[in-house]
Amino acid sequence: MEKIIKNGMVYDPLNNIDGEKKDICIKDGKIVDSVSDDAEVIDASGKIVMPGGVDPHTHIAGAKVNVGRMYRPEDSKKDVEACGADGKRCGSGFSVPSTFMTGYRYAQMGYTTAMEAAMPPLLARHTHEEFHDTPILDHAAFPLFGNNWFVMEYLKDKDIDSCAAYASWLLKATKGYTIKIVNPGGTEAWGWGGNVHGINDPTPYFDVTPAEIIKGLAEVNEKLQLPHSIHLHCNDLGHPGNYETTLASFDLPKGIKANPATGARDTVLYATHVQFHSYGGNSWRDVVSAATEVTDYINKNDHIVFDVGQVTLDETTTMTADGPFEFDLHTLNGLKWANCDVEMETGSGVVPCIYAAKAPVSAMQWAVGMELFLLTKDAGKVCLTTDSPNAGPFTRYPRVIAWLMSNQYRNDMLDEKLHSWAHRKTSIAAIDREYSLSEIAQITRSTPAKVLGLSDTKGHLGVGADADISIYDLNPETTDLTKDYMAIEAAFEKASLVLKDGETAVMDGNVVNTALRGRTYWVNTQVEKSLYDEVLADVEMKFKKYYSVNFQNYPVQEEYINKSAPIKGVML
Amino acid sequence: MSEIILTPKEQPTVPLEAANIRPDVFAGKTLDEIKELDIMYGNAIVKLGEFFEVAGESSELPKITIDGDVYNTKRIGQGMTDGEIHIKGNVNKYVGLEMKGGIITVEGDADAWAGQDMEGGELVIMGNAGDYVGSAYRGDWRGMSGGLITVHGNVGNEIAEYMGGGKIVVKGNVNTMPGIHMNSGVLIIEGNVVARTGGEMAGGTIVVKGVIEEFLPGFKYLGVEKNIEVEGEVIPGAFYKFEGDLAIKGAKGTIYAAVAGNGHIAP
Repeated sequence: MEKIIKNGMVYDPLNNIDGEKKDICIKDGKIVDSVSDDAEVIDASGKIVMPGGVDPHTHIAGAKVNVGRMYRPEDSKKDVEACGADGKRCGSGFSVPSTFMTGYRYAQMGYTTAMEAAMPPLLARHTHEEFHDTPILDHAAFPLFGNNWFVMEYLKDKDIDSCAAYASWLLKATKGYTIKIVNPGGTEAWGWGGNVHGINDPTPYFDVTPAEIIKGLAEVNEKLQLPHSIHLHCNDLGHPGNYETTLASFDLPKGIKANPATGARDTVLYATHVQFHSYGGNSWRDVVSAATEVTDYINKNDHIVFDVGQVTLDETTTMTADGPFEFDLHTLNGLKWANCDVEMETGSGVVPCIYAAKAPVSAMQWAVGMELFLLTKDAGKVCLTTDSPNAGPFTRYPRVIAWLMSNQYRNDMLDEKLHSWAHRKTSIAAIDREYSLSEIAQITRSTPAKVLGLSDTKGHLGVGADADISIYDLNPETTDLTKDYMAIEAAFEKASLVLKDGETAVMDGNVVNTALRGRTYWVNTQVEKSLYDEVLADVEMKFKKYYSVNFQNYPVQEEYINKSAPIKGVML
Repeated sequence: MSEIILTPKEQPTVPLEAANIRPDVFAGKTLDEIKELDIMYGNAIVKLGEFFEVAGESSELPKITIDGDVYNTKRIGQGMTDGEIHIKGNVNKYVGLEMKGGIITVEGDADAWAGQDMEGGELVIMGNAGDYVGSAYRGDWRGMSGGLITVHGNVGNEIAEYMGGGKIVVKGNVNTMPGIHMNSGVLIIEGNVVARTGGEMAGGTIVVKGVIEEFLPGFKYLGVEKNIEVEGEVIPGAFYKFEGDLAIKGAKGTIYAAVAGNGHIAP
């Protein structure tokens, strides 16, 4: 099967192509140098062409996502789609769409890869089952390590090698992709009714500090030569004055050398939803933005990539493994709260949240997110996320793109929609930077692909890349993007054409191939055998003692994965 | 006023969902156009004319009379903003759901969820009604915000759940948990209540003229008041006054329970 996309304006930052008219050739699902005259011609005249979108941090599959769906029928009711004649499945849910609808909606926006950012290891099987039913998207799941009893014990003993062997096993057993850390030590402390405050506050019983967990796991990560760096949700999320904890956490893995076996990652820390971690002040009364301090650090340091977690000003559903935070939110907003403890591994909470434009805190959070995007000089360090659905559903990405590309859109928001805290508590009104289409391609494609360690095949349009391509009906030569910001939003909401591995997935904003199923990336690391066996014997013994499942029943078999795409790591 | 008369042909075993039976949807439509309106028959879309004879005279805002029993038809009058519907028999769930204006009268009984999320207008049920009269949608914490519901017979459980405004009057008896999670508005119960009146209510007023068999402990007793005034209306008689439910922080809900028959719940 051959295709050629002709005359489009191509945005491919990894290959330094910035809006040039260029033909893209596709053969057997890959991008190639040239195709024969028999190739199907796709005319992209007057349209922009980008690699398929890559979402490095979203919540789309697994236990807590499903709790969000089940306990919010009022959210399901808000957005309902009927099934289609071509096998398209029905679905519902505005902030937490059902699985099939999740796949369709991402694809309609031109996204072809999305990472489930928090998988409790014990519930890996459920997560992979939901992936089966999430069409089109390539995906991976990030197992949670930051409050894991094994990890905390190894790190307390400063036994990095055993911790690495355990991490290697857990990634294989859960078919997981990276080392995800959520409020390290804090969720375990929540099991005792508390939390940790700052990076040097030890968690009960295990007596290890968040700093020791973060640093130890960063060393483990590079020892295992994983494609992605540690993926960190810092301590003290959502608390006024938390930026100091954030900056101290950012500094911990500095000096460790990036050492991936595959891909082109050169950073050692991925910090997620930093918007929720960039507040100054001491209380919700005197809270101010600390985005300037945070972006100053990011601009001066090269070991870090982050995503924003932009507030979209919607009624949404928050869900995180940060159990104590969710309880704090529930006591603040009074809305229904679900809470769960996952044995020796982690916990989680779910609470609805209404980010109203006229509410002071929501307006400030919106502006903090915008500041983080606009004050970070290098779009190679920042990824676009809404921490979907925590700060807003992923279906709002087109709106976030429009906010970033149009200063006038932001000013209209500040003048007409937002509470005055948006400009009184932040510097947003003084920033007039506008993202270019190339920078948008960076924060939604190349930057996430590179930091995930997938930039050999994802996030670019060079020869050898997977033919995941999105074409948008937006012509920057004839449209004044600053003024006509609604055109940006409309174009990115419904892609004109989306190819997934060369197959047409979306045409004119509609999903046309519902049978497509994406790959599941996971990391298959090799660890020196005697160490691995020794650690596994310890793990098996503890399973017998403490776990509710058998050691043998715990791992998710590779046969269970729809399209298994293991990535190799090594540790010898 | 001109009138459209819908005569049910048969009520199928699988329920119908007829959200299109609304005066403001029938407005200006010919009888043939009304017959062609969509209704749901299970998971299939069918024409209204398949299950109803349509007669009468069309106009800008016709009164709709349903001349028969529609015990297996749901969602009649959903979201209506104006006009009148008169149902001569029984009706299934969700009658007057999300109603904003106009009036619906049901001569028979209504099943559950009558007047759910109601914002305005009037819903009168001459017979009994099921559970969740004037409640919120499942899972939501924002329920009925306006309008008036009157049930002349008895009702089921959890009526006025998460009520945020408007008024509900029940002439008959009530099962458990009337006014659960109620935040505002008025609920007047002329008959008896089985148990748990106003559980977790944070605001609003509940008046019970009959007997509350079993009362919740989370209410503070404020004394006896005579001839109470509730939103401009004076209700004669002597009432025990309670404030709560103290299970909810800062709750300011009021329950008046008639002194007659409720001696067992006074301190």
